[in-house]
Amino acid sequence: MNLGKIVGVNGNLLTVAFENPVIQNEVGFAKLGDIQLKAEVIRIRDRNAELQVFEDTTGLRIGDQVEFSGALLSVELGPGLLTQVFDGLQNPLPALAEECGFFLQRGKYLDPLPRDAKWAFTPIAKAGDTVVAGDAVGQVPEGIFDHKIMVPFRLHGRLTVKSVEAAGEYTVEQVVAVVTDDKGRDHDVKLMQVWPVKMPIKCYAERLRPTEPLATSQRIVDTFFPVARGGTYCIPGPFGAGKTVLQQITSRHADVDIVIIAACGERAGEVVETLREFPELTDPKTGKSLMERTVIICNTSSMPVAAREASVYTGVTLAEYYRQMGLDVLLLADSTSRWAQALREMSGRLEEIPGEEAFPAYLESVIAAFYERGGVVRLNNGETGSVTIGGTVSPAGGNFEEPVTQGTLKVVGAFHGLSRARSDARRYPAIDPLESWSKYKSVVDEEELAQARRFLREGSEVGQMMKVVGEEGTSIEDFMGYLKGEYLDDVYLQQNAFNDVDAATPVDRQKHVFGFIARLLKTKLKFEDKDAARGFFQKLTQATRDWNQIAFDSDEFKKQEEQLDHQIAEVADYA
Amino acid sequence: MHKVYHRIEQIAGNVIVVTAEDVIYGELARVESDFGASLAQVIRLENSRVYLQVFAGGRGISTDAKVRFLGNTMQIPFSENLMGRVFTGSGVPRDNGPVITENLIPIGGPSVNPAKRIIPRNMVRTGIPMIDVFNTLVESQKLPIFSVAGEPYNELLARIALQAEVDIIILGGMGLKHDDYLYFRDYLEENGALSRSVLYVHTAADPTVECMLVPDIALATAEQFALQDKRVLVLLTDMTNFADAMKEVAITMEQIPSNRGYPGDLYSQLASRYEKAVDFEGSGSITILAVTTMPGDDVTHPVPDNTGYITEGQFYLKNGRIEPFGSLSRLKQQVNGTTRDDHRTIMDTMIQLYASYKETLEKQSMGFRMSGWDSKLLKYGERFENEMMALSVNIPLEEALDRGWAILADCFEPQETGIASKLTDAFWPKSV
Repeated sequence: MNLGKIVGVNGNLLTVAFENPVIQNEVGFAKLGDIQLKAEVIRIRDRNAELQVFEDTTGLRIGDQVEFSGALLSVELGPGLLTQVFDGLQNPLPALAEECGFFLQRGKYLDPLPRDAKWAFTPIAKAGDTVVAGDAVGQVPEGIFDHKIMVPFRLHGRLTVKSVEAAGEYTVEQVVAVVTDDKGRDHDVKLMQVWPVKMPIKCYAERLRPTEPLATSQRIVDTFFPVARGGTYCIPGPFGAGKTVLQQITSRHADVDIVIIAACGERAGEVVETLREFPELTDPKTGKSLMERTVIICNTSSMPVAAREASVYTGVTLAEYYRQMGLDVLLLADSTSRWAQALREMSGRLEEIPGEEAFPAYLESVIAAFYERGGVVRLNNGETGSVTIGGTVSPAGGNFEEPVTQGTLKVVGAFHGLSRARSDARRYPAIDPLESWSKYKSVVDEEELAQARRFLREGSEVGQMMKVVGEEGTSIEDFMGYLKGEYLDDVYLQQNAFNDVDAATPVDRQKHVFGFIARLLKTKLKFEDKDAARGFFQKLTQATRDWNQIAFDSDEFKKQEEQLDHQIAEVADYA
Repeated sequence: MHKVYHRIEQIAGNVIVVTAEDVIYGELARVESDFGASLAQVIRLENSRVYLQVFAGGRGISTDAKVRFLGNTMQIPFSENLMGRVFTGSGVPRDNGPVITENLIPIGGPSVNPAKRIIPRNMVRTGIPMIDVFNTLVESQKLPIFSVAGEPYNELLARIALQAEVDIIILGGMGLKHDDYLYFRDYLEENGALSRSVLYVHTAADPTVECMLVPDIALATAEQFALQDKRVLVLLTDMTNFADAMKEVAITMEQIPSNRGYPGDLYSQLASRYEKAVDFEGSGSITILAVTTMPGDDVTHPVPDNTGYITEGQFYLKNGRIEPFGSLSRLKQQVNGTTRDDHRTIMDTMIQLYASYKETLEKQSMGFRMSGWDSKLLKYGERFENEMMALSVNIPLEEALDRGWAILADCFEPQETGIASKLTDAFWPKSV
């Protein structure tokens, strides 16, 4: 046992004198009476190691023992992860609640994967097969998926399967296969393996370019600022602009196999909504409960700060694990700023030289390395899998010119900037259509999209100008452009999250409705004066909003569309 | 018997350093010198050097002051006898009543397991339309009032406390003017609510460190009451003073400041207090209503900014009114779907129209001709401000919704409001 002695305590930073070798980022346990507090080595100076403790350190004394484990901070990977709710260190929270009641108890660590659960194993590989790390030797059913049991990712080179157990019921700790490496050493394959969270899993043939759109059923996202499967995007915005609501909606409707929600340093109440509602909601794709495709990592703002950093890594590691099975995974991290702040707090305690706004100088490279763990990959067996990462950013003062937002914008493929002005005007989702961008391909026709963007931009310019020169100083053509831009905003960009139909617009419907609007934008309309034009658009807006709330494949939907066409035909000027 | 230490090696601000053995991190100590005695808490250990934060401040401490470690961390008494009493930030009676020593509980305890939380579902009625209709307050919510100095925020806080249906009121006053403290005490007493209240008050003249203890003490007490099936409302005023006290201490500790001098962990510190708001399944609840004053009316100031990211919305008090823009109750949709069918629609529509009114006002002030639509908006805006926004309005939710329809019908045609036809058919007041 490798032991050290505490020589300093400052908040959650311990200074520990050691004698035997220690490893950077190794996990240690500080002993406080009967309980052990988990900590991670973050700096070594002379014969002193500095450890950040993932718990409250009250009660520790000089001279108390710290036991170094020899392992890096790791997570357990295996069947039983889905539907779970973990804290940042992969402690299962419901199980913890059963043992400890209302409050979290420090020093209490439970097994992330239940040890007594049995899984029905079916072998895929057979003795004599040649495999590499990440190849499946068998599978077990986990909810709606075939959970592949893979050769441990930590093994190198070509391996030979020595034996595979017969089909049957196994627990996660039982050996289901043995593989031999080129030096003749045998390695056990169990249903479960462990992997250090800060290292990407790289058992794939190649990384591909993300090209296929990932439908979120949010019109402004899919049509205007699309996200690609395996892409990355960020949602910065001031508080109250709707970052978390947008993520919650995405987590429900996104067209992926698995959603991993990493609630990192945010409000507990928001996680609770997901936690209590998801089991009740059905996934339209599978007809099963949404929870069956979800894992929640939840390290809310009042939980220990150091575990916040761990929580985003835990999330992305689980995402990579399921990607290895050829699945599409979406990781939603809310909020990456809290994680950056955790880095800042620790950096301050270590008395490092601060960078901008006292964030550590390595902030940008840490953010970049995290987002780079997203991507589409072709696995060794030819299948593809993807990890899409969407992170919210909470910039101080809502000002995007701050280190975390800027560091994130450099490395993501799409930017959904939320604006206070839009949320104040109750224009939800409050994604700013003029500032946001995406490098991915939209679900609608590019030319029509360009036209729509032009109307939005010019409409906003006219709106600005009207504030200066007034309505009477604006030409009727400009005014028409303004009204069309507003109409597009009102009925297409804005979406009512509380209406069952309007909350989610599938791609087909988006194409159809956007086509209708694109035709209207092209149509020349004729009015006697501006008041008549405004009256027409007010009526049209109301009718189109009604249309948005009617089921897509119903007769009523067609009827409403005919009525809209009729309204437009009355004022269209085809001359 | 605990050993007494006599040699103080360093005094800087509120922090003193002694060399001592076998000290626990977070332990309390008693520091005695000729100018009086105070409690102090261990905030850092470095080999045998022990850093202590003295609650009464460093002033008057001699280098040979007596330091005696007590062997326990900060605790406060908890019992029914707290009701109607007033204490200081370190838990000493302020009202000449007897000292309570029974049933000691630790403060700043662990976080509630998120898996044990439930979705809040009970509306807290306040009789203020800007809250009930537009930003409903919900039991177990944490909500600050953003305001500038001089606004009647303490009056608003006291009024909500009285009208809200809760079992127990706990006031945590930080850096309060002595007058304001007396105002709260007298107001609660006059209205017969003092007997179900506990007051922890730090006034502007008291030592800074005690200011930092107030939220923890108030919330620890609240937690105990909530576990006894009580619905508790905690009032914290003013959290900016709390943050400033933290800033002061952090700077004397030579911590690297992050933003305008505030420590880098401001967010976490505020969050660990606000997150105490909770609805215990099968038991009581804690609702937190706080005041955050914004220096210079600047919502991007670090304290309101960080607060906004933590709390479930905010009330923005300006010119004696709760502003609809910037004010937000994040939990309102948990309850406003079941009050009345038209609640959400009235809420959204009236605000959208009020936003248009503001734009029209801008145009008007620049001297542009007012269109017919503009005139309608002007009429609407004025009625809205006088009949809905004014703090003097005190009516139940249902009456406020009816008033909303009446104002809309008086100013607009149904289709001009953008409300779905189904609702206007049902609720639009029939013309007489």
